Amino acid sequence: MHELSIAHAVVSTVMDALPTPDTRVLQVRLRIGELSGIVPQALEFAYDVAAQGTPLADAALVIERSPIVIDCPTCGEQQLPDTHDFRCPSCDVPCGNLVGGKELEILDITLDDLVPTP
Amino acid sequence: MTARIVDLRKGILEKNDLLAKALRARFDEAEVRVSNWVSSPGTGKTALLESLLTAALDRGITAAALVGDCATDNDAQRLARSGAPVRQIVTESMCHLESDMISAHLEGWELAAIDLLIIENVGNLVCPTAYDLGEDTRVALLSVTEGEDKPAKYPQLFHSADVVVITKTDIATAVEWDRDAAMAAIRSVNPTAPILETSSRTGEGVIDLLDLLVTTAMLAQSPQLQEAP
Repeated sequence: MHELSIAHAVVSTVMDALPTPDTRVLQVRLRIGELSGIVPQALEFAYDVAAQGTPLADAALVIERSPIVIDCPTCGEQQLPDTHDFRCPSCDVPCGNLVGGKELEILDITLDDLVPTP
Repeated sequence: MTARIVDLRKGILEKNDLLAKALRARFDEAEVRVSNWVSSPGTGKTALLESLLTAALDRGITAAALVGDCATDNDAQRLARSGAPVRQIVTESMCHLESDMISAHLEGWELAAIDLLIIENVGNLVCPTAYDLGEDTRVALLSVTEGEDKPAKYPQLFHSADVVVITKTDIATAVEWDRDAAMAAIRSVNPTAPILETSSRTGEGVIDLLDLLVTTAMLAQSPQLQEAP
């Protein structure tokens, strides 16, 4: 359960990116890989807690999941159907060359650009 | 209301990753090999580390350890008996170590005088996986008293391991350890990492592990976190 740490990291990274400290954030879009060890529901719950009292307090959290992708020496990039069987789904050769699935990324944020009232 | 979308494309753990990168550069500069040990609680990390630190001192290798736990300095006290420099990182309720805790606890240590630094992570199979600590080798441990299919259940960790260590082999028969099933489960998530079988009680595999951690320059940088786009 490190979703709370992750949620705090999201909030602090977004706050660092705001043009002014009181710019209201309307939406935060994340990309979370299937192999990142993060449970989206737990992150949503933790995010609500972490965002309280910040410019992100009312911001919707949108989580995009990204699949596990390996780079098979023979078949190229292949999406794995299972998190626990690292073999090429096409030629069945064991392969651990991961090229996708561990993403923990903030894609974009939507800001309310109105000048904040003093 | 005027909505504006701003592209960020930033790693959520960017702060941790940048600090880990700086740590790795410091470790390289000081020529200290660093491994990050991750397993569930009760796998026997501390017992194995005790044997490993003693074996290192016997062979003239200067080893040091940072041990992470939610509470108490019991492990550090236990490990200090080996004579190696040991520091406890108490994480309070945190379930994993982060790179800023590593740099804070290195203060006052002369890294150039250390050959091998072992970081014993908080016992947890999920959370430590996402956090780069600047190590060159990530070690995932599994004891014979755990389920043989644990690597398949926790693919994040076992996939990211540079070395997989099996512990408590001295009681394997008593607990009806199915070695073949365990090997197959490890290989299903990690086709290439070396697998070492160890017992801190009999000493099996301890020297092999020490040699591997001290001498082998791991080709893969650990952990395999996402690359910058």
